[in-house]
Amino acid sequence: MRVSELPRPSPERLLKQVQAEENKRWGAKLKIFLGYAPGVGKSYRMLDEARRRHERGEDVIVGAVQGQQSEEVQALLQKLEMTPPLETPEGQAIDIDAILRRAPQVCIIDPLAAHNPPGSRNPYRWQDVQELLRNGISVLTSVNLLHVEEYKEKVQAITGKDTTETIPKSFLLAADDIVIVDVPPDLCLSRQGEKLTSTGISNSQERKLSELRELALLLTAEVVDAQLETYVHAHGIEPVFGTHERFLVCMTPRSNALAMIESGKRNKERFQGDLHAVYVCEPGRSKRERATIRRYFDAAKKAGAATEVLESDDPISAIVDFARENRITQIFIGHSAHNSWRDRLFGDPVLRLIRAAEGIDVRVFPY
Amino acid sequence: MPAPVDTPRGSLKVYLGYAAGVGKTFQMLADGHAAAQRGVDVVVAYFEPHTRPDTIGQAQGLEIVQHRKIEYRGKLFQEMDTEAVLRRKPQIALVDELAHTNVPGSERTKRWEDVQVVLDAGIEVWTTMNVQHIESLNDQIWQITGIQVRETVPDGIVRQAAEIVAVDVTPDALLNRLKRGAVYKPEMVEKALSGFFKGSNLGALRELTLRQAAHEVDLRQSAYDETRAFQVPRISEARPSGTNR
Repeated sequence: MRVSELPRPSPERLLKQVQAEENKRWGAKLKIFLGYAPGVGKSYRMLDEARRRHERGEDVIVGAVQGQQSEEVQALLQKLEMTPPLETPEGQAIDIDAILRRAPQVCIIDPLAAHNPPGSRNPYRWQDVQELLRNGISVLTSVNLLHVEEYKEKVQAITGKDTTETIPKSFLLAADDIVIVDVPPDLCLSRQGEKLTSTGISNSQERKLSELRELALLLTAEVVDAQLETYVHAHGIEPVFGTHERFLVCMTPRSNALAMIESGKRNKERFQGDLHAVYVCEPGRSKRERATIRRYFDAAKKAGAATEVLESDDPISAIVDFARENRITQIFIGHSAHNSWRDRLFGDPVLRLIRAAEGIDVRVFPY
Repeated sequence: MPAPVDTPRGSLKVYLGYAAGVGKTFQMLADGHAAAQRGVDVVVAYFEPHTRPDTIGQAQGLEIVQHRKIEYRGKLFQEMDTEAVLRRKPQIALVDELAHTNVPGSERTKRWEDVQVVLDAGIEVWTTMNVQHIESLNDQIWQITGIQVRETVPDGIVRQAAEIVAVDVTPDALLNRLKRGAVYKPEMVEKALSGFFKGSNLGALRELTLRQAAHEVDLRQSAYDETRAFQVPRISEARPSGTNR
């Protein structure tokens, strides 16, 4: 049993559950096409899927389109039905009422990140999308990394571009489907060609795009990981595998926890993984030992670890249970060079851990 | 036909996917068409249609170098005709399925070895592979899927690639394609759905592919930074002393 709190689902998972339950009745699905920069071909990819669905007999309409369109995109749009946007003096907005009356199976919203003009019933377009979903209409939509609120600053630091039109990352995490539209930076630049002729294609531009690309790939991986977790929970599969590295540092007062935390931090950064640190509460700790543990907790938090106190008569089982529950891929544990009388009597705890944590790598730090 | 010693090596582009049917070949052929339209001399050096109608259609209009036919145990197999590709000497050669093992009797054991020869001749190569064929991921793939992948490509070969393109599709869309018979022949679909394509496998493999692609992009960036770091001191040395920064 945990001392702290029972494990709580993350806000993303709760939001996803709520949205899934709301949309389930109607079978409406949200699919997002993510790109790392303008010119990767999100609109084309999305509208091409819309065309294929239309040809297979799905009832598809277009609710919003980008201002600038390539010839290929225009050709696709001509094959699809369009619900014109509402025109106001302050700008355009999706005509939600018209779409709801028309009640298609699928609606295309391009792009997702937009402010609605003042006086619209929703301030943001992503809220319009939620309304369509609640009414049983599936949505295909596109977004650029720059327009994800949590990534805005990072992208701005790389490209110098700024925006006020953003969507929350939780909206991405709650999507039924996400697809990354990936092209090499040179192709992306040549597609942006018209806009970039004056500056030309430079190494530094290609490098900037590579950085954005890496961020977008990792963000997509994160969304896929969240979906996988939901899937695994929904199907009651015991997760034994890890595609995403998750490190667990087991702290005890005598172990060299600081070295383990430091190593965990480096690994976390190297593999873009997660770091956890736990302490199994045992009775009879001295005041000094408790102070040491508090120091370790501070260090772990500083290293970006999620920390937790576990309580159990059997520390090894508590650690293994925690590791399985949190899909840990590597456990870091300290090991004394001197066998105590307890180890000789009950068996070496580290050996027990290695046996019990089958499928999870165990790294032993001697002290 | 050995290339002159001073021929610069062709660059390599890899279309990386997480399963059969995600659209790697389709994407490669589409990009091939686009390059051909820009006037680049592109040929299809090897193309495995797997009887997928969409993909066969996509190859139309591109020049295909005749495959080499090799008889083995009374059956006729088709392999890339590397010598013919070298004689044809295009700017870009499209080679499907980098991880393929050639039939016994071929000059080289693995297709990636043939690709090395083509690259050495100064021809750019675009090729396709799945994440499970990267040698160092083999163990992890086995843990995830319980399937041992035999045909692997050494990491060094993948690392040579100047460009990696992640070909992404949602597992739902992939399963739809599978059920429509766009990936495998109908009699194989049932087997595929209960094996490799089951449940959480696809999601896990997809995540692995995206992370691998991000890692590859990151490696190429670091390499770029190193070449830059190399240049920066030279520039600062050249700056006359006393100049304001």
